[in-house]
Amino acid sequence: MAGWQGQLIKIDDYRWQIPQNYKSGMRVPGLIYASEEMLVSMREEQALEQVANVAFLPGIVKFSLAMPDIHWGYGFPIGGVAAMDIENGVISPGGVGYDINCGVRLLRTNLRENEIRPKISQLISELYSNVPSGVGSEGKIKTNQKELKNIMTEGARWAVKQGLGLEEDLEVTEEGGCVKGADPEKISDRAIKRGMPQAGTLGSGNHFLEIQVVKEIFDLRAAKAMGIDEIGQVLVLIHTGSRGFGHQVCTDHLRVMEEAVSRYGIKLPDRQLACAPIQSKEGKDYLAAMACAANYAWANRQCIAHWVRETFSKAFSKSPGELGIRQIYDVAHNIAKIEEHTVDGRKIKVCVHRKGATRAFPPGHKDIPQRYKEIGQPVLIPGDMGRCSFIAVGTQKAMEETFGSTCHGAGRVLSRGAARRSIKGRDVMQELQNKGITVKTGDISSLAEEASQSYKDVTEVVDVVHQAGISQKVAMAVPIGVIKG
Amino acid sequence: MKNVFDIIDHTADVGITAYGEDIKQLFCNAALALFSLITDVQNIRGKIQHRVEINSESRDNLLVEWLNELIYLFDAEHLLFNHFEIESLDNNQLKATCYGEKFDPARHRIKTGVKAATYYMLEVARDCKGYRAQVIFDI
Repeated sequence: MAGWQGQLIKIDDYRWQIPQNYKSGMRVPGLIYASEEMLVSMREEQALEQVANVAFLPGIVKFSLAMPDIHWGYGFPIGGVAAMDIENGVISPGGVGYDINCGVRLLRTNLRENEIRPKISQLISELYSNVPSGVGSEGKIKTNQKELKNIMTEGARWAVKQGLGLEEDLEVTEEGGCVKGADPEKISDRAIKRGMPQAGTLGSGNHFLEIQVVKEIFDLRAAKAMGIDEIGQVLVLIHTGSRGFGHQVCTDHLRVMEEAVSRYGIKLPDRQLACAPIQSKEGKDYLAAMACAANYAWANRQCIAHWVRETFSKAFSKSPGELGIRQIYDVAHNIAKIEEHTVDGRKIKVCVHRKGATRAFPPGHKDIPQRYKEIGQPVLIPGDMGRCSFIAVGTQKAMEETFGSTCHGAGRVLSRGAARRSIKGRDVMQELQNKGITVKTGDISSLAEEASQSYKDVTEVVDVVHQAGISQKVAMAVPIGVIKG
Repeated sequence: MKNVFDIIDHTADVGITAYGEDIKQLFCNAALALFSLITDVQNIRGKIQHRVEINSESRDNLLVEWLNELIYLFDAEHLLFNHFEIESLDNNQLKATCYGEKFDPARHRIKTGVKAATYYMLEVARDCKGYRAQVIFDI
């Protein structure tokens, strides 16, 4: 497919606008956060066209936004943010994605690199056997329909009640690990059937579990508030979502909305943007079902975090408390949320779709935990497994410009097929080993898909959001051990 | 002989173009393309058969829902198929029998987990050579 030839108006070095008159039907302009160099690769695919398409959605407020890690998705671009007025706007399952509440959770430890290096292979092997992963992986948790309903309504708290985690984990999880309004009645039998065996599993694709070492600290005060004390400190990052349960919820409700679009007289440039008014039955049903899947994902990451603690504890013959394994934060990066924002000096309620974007609330915001009130909400931005990941905090500027949102990761540049053709899984394994990174995966050939060459450099992505002021860098960490599902 | 399907590259995901002399063959080949993304289809033995019936509001949607049904059967029931017989197919209904076996980790390598078939760039077209369909999957 040919590249994107549309017009971009430069606002400043990090902001570019797609004018509203680019396409008839756009209700607002598009606003892209990117450096000039990044625009070159963005123009090679159709992600920017998708930013313009999202601007067609009824009730969209201010801009159709794109973060610097934007890449070509289906319907919405990945790395897109769109806020719809809840009175007259729509909700679109495609603006959340199939992996509802895909997200990341970061744990800190008291361990230092020199203490963990001698044990890294053993630790990675033990984590690999203690945390189920891979396509269609099934969990150690045996749930029945009743338990699954509890997971849907209680989220991470369900896991804590089972003894899988601590009360304080919930305080440092977005929404306390449980978004309100979940209604299991809106969940199909098929979603239940896919969801039951997969609770407490990492899954496959780009999902991972990484042992990392802090390499750089940019903001000492914020780092300290998160329990990041010095370079060389060991962290653990978990990236997964709602598994087949969320995929089925999205499939079910997209089908309903696809049929509802014409009934509500909504004109769309792409069928995958199927949506319904937030106040309609279809809209409310989806929000209630999405909440179930979001809560399932929080329970999922909660279980995995517990098994990480358990595995570390066994390997070092110390309790998780003695090892100082505490959760820094947990963020959702595929979700829609009803939030209050100020637009043109007026407070309004909007439904913020974040598809491959992270919430980035500023210091003092009511929805962030007490311990982060002064520094802002932690933002977790994983890069690819050969490079690094960032920890940042939300800002007031994000509240003013992006409905409190920032980027979520590196963003793909190579399709999975192109990656497989040009890169060999064994070479990736060797390269990572040469860099001192131990990798364990169920399928070595799939490593190629997740190789560094397949992604943008997350450092460039984070630099853009930092320079633009929609989040502030706190620390950077590099992987030393990776489990790929 | 012309391919029964091709794989399309897409940055985040993957797509297929399936071909068929008639609409039934088109739907069968699209299903085969889907399972070829998931595993090596030649290693699937025809040990079981499974009946599928789908109702939908249009033929294009029927294709997406047929593929999503097969994705569900793999994810929830671990069924792999490589042969499909469609008994009836019109714009609103499909009745088919799928032949295959249960996933066996000793013999089947899973290449890709497929989350869903999407409506993005969905196309079912007919030309002088027959039918052609394009579907993008989320993987």
